[in-house]
Amino acid sequence: MTRTGLVRASLLLFLVGLLEILCRAGVIPNFTVIPPSAMAQSLWKVLASGKFTPDIIATLANVGIAIVASMIAGIALGTLLQSWPAARRVLDPLFATYYAVPMYAFYPLLIVIFGLGDLPQVAIGFLLAVMAVIINTLNGLDRVPPVLLKAARVHGLGFFKEATQIRLPYAAPYVFTGFKLAVAYSFIGVIGAEFITSSRGIGYEISFAYNNFDNAVMYAMILFILLLVITVNMSLHTWEKRLLARRRRA
Amino acid sequence: MRWRDPLLLLVLVLLLWEILYLLVGDVALRSPAATARNLGAMLGDTRFLPHIRETLLAFVQGFAIAVVVGLLIGVPLGAARFAGEVAEPILVALYSIPKVTLYPVILLIFGIGMPAKVAFGAIHGIVPISIFAMNAVRNINPTHLRTARVMGLSPSALAWKILVPAALPEIVTGIRVGFSLALIGTLLGEMFGSQRGLGHLLMQAMSLHNIERILALTLLLVVFAAGVNAMLLAVDRHLHRGLP
Repeated sequence: MTRTGLVRASLLLFLVGLLEILCRAGVIPNFTVIPPSAMAQSLWKVLASGKFTPDIIATLANVGIAIVASMIAGIALGTLLQSWPAARRVLDPLFATYYAVPMYAFYPLLIVIFGLGDLPQVAIGFLLAVMAVIINTLNGLDRVPPVLLKAARVHGLGFFKEATQIRLPYAAPYVFTGFKLAVAYSFIGVIGAEFITSSRGIGYEISFAYNNFDNAVMYAMILFILLLVITVNMSLHTWEKRLLARRRRA
Repeated sequence: MRWRDPLLLLVLVLLLWEILYLLVGDVALRSPAATARNLGAMLGDTRFLPHIRETLLAFVQGFAIAVVVGLLIGVPLGAARFAGEVAEPILVALYSIPKVTLYPVILLIFGIGMPAKVAFGAIHGIVPISIFAMNAVRNINPTHLRTARVMGLSPSALAWKILVPAALPEIVTGIRVGFSLALIGTLLGEMFGSQRGLGHLLMQAMSLHNIERILALTLLLVVFAAGVNAMLLAVDRHLHRGLP
């Protein structure tokens, strides 16, 4: 591990240890925050009991659908818009304001439209994620060197072949950035929506535990989500670094 | 000419909304015109204004805290390179977690009401503002700093003539992002743990299946967020003029 990594790990360990001591010493009352060791213990118990397995699967499935849908739609729309500058210019103010709009404000509307199933949650995740994919796809496609496009024309490639064989592979690192954001936003969207109103899922279980003053379960599930999201993001980060290193070598 | 494209976009959005309304009907939507009328009626209703004030008050406080704390975290981390390298992945991880899961913790600490909403708006805004501020300070051209030393600038002259002009554009971008997230945080806070404010009204309207109200509130929030963002974006672009 590098020196930075070592300092970072010790800093985090110190903070967790500090929280543990403050909770154990009663400086932070246990009905506000429980000690980290108790959170971990409770998480282990909850996971082993299998009580929340259906919720975890439901949340992960919804997040997965939101990621896949936003990637497909985002790459397709990005590719389309890049080859249609007039439409892109008209939509530009939309891109600039998209993330300024509080997306959760649409959740009640989505519930009215789609009903109380999984669809509104997936829709929020999708809506949050898709714009990141579009913007990063556009960003990548803008950087394709003209010489590659000339080569494509010389070989007489059509729009679809040119996109799949030249443009998108070249833009891949940027699309990957979009993918990373899509993963993070899908988690944020789906879990946030579950929190507001839903009938199952990890977010639902946390708010249910909160309403029942069940701090052990609540902190266990909060810890679970934090560990899950951070692990996923860090793995993607490592994967991206490896991909970039390979590309630089080639 | 400058206004043609945004205007076209607006017309397109309204058209799409109207078509969607004609497709699904009164069960789930109202037309744009009817929604604008409803919103107008709502804004004229004196019972409604305290809710707007409540949300604005919570948001302004949360956003102000986010800007101050975000800069207090970000600027030193940008100046001290090693500390910045240690902190950056932690900040990025904090940015990508669904902060809504932390809401029960905030409620347990602050109790239901204004402080919890303010705190929730603030924690949403702090992270992006500190990340942008850190990068802004970190990327100040070292040649400028050396030049300042050679010319013997006093610390205050250094701050006003070099540091602020160099870091401000990126910091404003961060504040723009933080503005949006603090607004989302405030509204989310009102949705769960509050008896007042626009977020609370949204939740109430949802459970009553009051589509007129849902749409009018959503329209109000979108117009407010988009309007302020457009202003901040104009400032942002003005400051970034001529920068690479």
